[in-house]
Amino acid sequence: MTGSFLKRNPSVPVVLGLLLIGTLAITAMAASGGLSTSFVKTLGMTLCLALAALAMDLVWGYAGILSLGNIAFFALGGYMIGMWLMTARTEGIVAESLAGQAIPPTPQEIRDAVGGQIFGVVGSSDFPTIWAFSGSLPAQLALVVLVPSALALVFGWLAFRSRVTGVYLSILTQAMTLALALYLFQNDAGLRGNNGLSGLQNLPGLSGVPQSTVSLWFLWGSALALGLGYLLCAFVVSGKFGAILRGIRDNEARVRFLGYPVEGYKLAVFTLSAAITGIAGALYYPQAGIVNPAEMMPIASIYLAVWVAIGGRGRLYGAVIGAIAVSLISSFFTSGKLPDLDLGPLRLVWVDWWLVMLGFSFVLVTLLAPKGLGGLVDLWTQRRRPARHGADLGPDQGSFREEEAKA
Amino acid sequence: MSTLLEVSGVSVSFDGFRAINNLSFHMGAAELRAVIGPNGAGKTTFMDIVTGKTRPDKGTIRWGEKGISLLGLSEARIAREGVGRKFQKPTVFEDQTVRANLLVALRNKRGPFAALFWRPGPADLERVDALSETIGLAAHLDRKSGELSHGQKQWLEIGMLLAQEPRLLLVDEPAAGMTVAEREKTTEILVEAAKTRAVVVVEHDMEFVRRLNCRVTVLHEGSVLAEGSLDHVTSNPDVIDVYLGR
Repeated sequence: MTGSFLKRNPSVPVVLGLLLIGTLAITAMAASGGLSTSFVKTLGMTLCLALAALAMDLVWGYAGILSLGNIAFFALGGYMIGMWLMTARTEGIVAESLAGQAIPPTPQEIRDAVGGQIFGVVGSSDFPTIWAFSGSLPAQLALVVLVPSALALVFGWLAFRSRVTGVYLSILTQAMTLALALYLFQNDAGLRGNNGLSGLQNLPGLSGVPQSTVSLWFLWGSALALGLGYLLCAFVVSGKFGAILRGIRDNEARVRFLGYPVEGYKLAVFTLSAAITGIAGALYYPQAGIVNPAEMMPIASIYLAVWVAIGGRGRLYGAVIGAIAVSLISSFFTSGKLPDLDLGPLRLVWVDWWLVMLGFSFVLVTLLAPKGLGGLVDLWTQRRRPARHGADLGPDQGSFREEEAKA
Repeated sequence: MSTLLEVSGVSVSFDGFRAINNLSFHMGAAELRAVIGPNGAGKTTFMDIVTGKTRPDKGTIRWGEKGISLLGLSEARIAREGVGRKFQKPTVFEDQTVRANLLVALRNKRGPFAALFWRPGPADLERVDALSETIGLAAHLDRKSGELSHGQKQWLEIGMLLAQEPRLLLVDEPAAGMTVAEREKTTEILVEAAKTRAVVVVEHDMEFVRRLNCRVTVLHEGSVLAEGSLDHVTSNPDVIDVYLGR
């Protein structure tokens, strides 16, 4: 709590510096033709995942809330930006095709034609009410933050005030995510059911710009968002607010009896996390090209938790390292470039077996190296763990384990 | 002497078991009081009720000059009204330094937004230094509180309560697990604290209570059995029967 911002957050210059160097290097390599556009996109998406993991660390690593709902905020961010991307781009195409007619089309005709194009796939041609603002970029950008925040605020208020904690809270958040996914699978929900929103990689009005350039724009946008997100999270966790969050993680009762409104703090950090995650999703899905309800299935929630766990929770750079390392290794194994391994009775198809390996590594990290990959940094900073003979740092379920703490 | 806390006719039962039975109790603004009683007498439940953790089935709790009711207020709200509570087991933030523990406890605005932009000023750091002096942890300010000995953690928790500047301090078995020297120090801290505020000490250990040299309330089966000086209550035949005679 005392000392300058940099003294409290020694990792900030290192992370921001590496991020800048990495982005510059990728740009240079892409410009010289050394990297494919799809790989640049993968890297840009990886930075978005790192931002989402950062927000996950905020709620799980610092406040002890293992939220399995963050992936819903991520997808919602993608949906919100996707609504504008689809509408604006389809409008462009429709306007162009109708321009040749003898009688110029009225705005209503264009709107109807756009609706037919977008919703024809679910057997409809009218814009549902929730698309009311889809023609406005500023409005949809605001919704990228507002919709996930509002969902987090309402859900968090209901969950935290009834003092649900630990595993039960995790199950509740997972239930929320699954319910939202199942709702969006319905065509009636107005977001094109299981088709989701597609063609998001095509930016409206910029059809002349090649994807290789767009991919670099998004890479820089994602890197900027991650850098700013890191600064914001560092500010939040290194002051008194952060001290109280860690207090809630380890010993909620003490915080309460000191007079702090615990629910208010949980709600604040959960909502902030949702807002950051929404922004991450809004940058991710235009690079992925498609967002659909399958993105919110339970496996995705688990992924987010696994990244933070493998990176090391309760340290911001841990979440970033975990997300980048795991998702890059994951895209390597699932790329299909790795030859299958024939072991006689068993044939190792990496695309299939990768998830099994990831599951194993999660178990191994949790059991043997709770500090995760971030713990490797400790070898360099000579950080030691306290000698507590196995005792956790507090009585609460989410509290730090001996191995995670710093002496 | 003005009354700070007035508990009257409070009862609470858990699944038919009457933990507190028509209990009445009051405290002055600057007073030290020891509450003793056998296991199951309702000492901890009494604290739970005053601090808002447990809601009583009936009775009233009046607080302060205006006599506001503490019933129905949240724990955090009651703490902000000026009730500090020390748990039986030392509860401090073990992953944070002694200084951070005390800084968090300092009396300040408690809302999330106030905390987000709060930075300790020179006055706050001085106050923390002074408090650490009082609780004998001045040399340990930069250590993680998890490394402290059991007794030191107890003191830190008392220090955090003092930092909160409560008007009433509820202390649950502070001397449990302490060495003789640590007990003496604890007595000093509590007697000093009681000069400016009300302090209620729940304790098992008669020797420790004797050292506190204050008015004693004996609880039995959820209500007050006797009240007065230690010598007065220990000569009370009922008290001897239920507690001391065992």
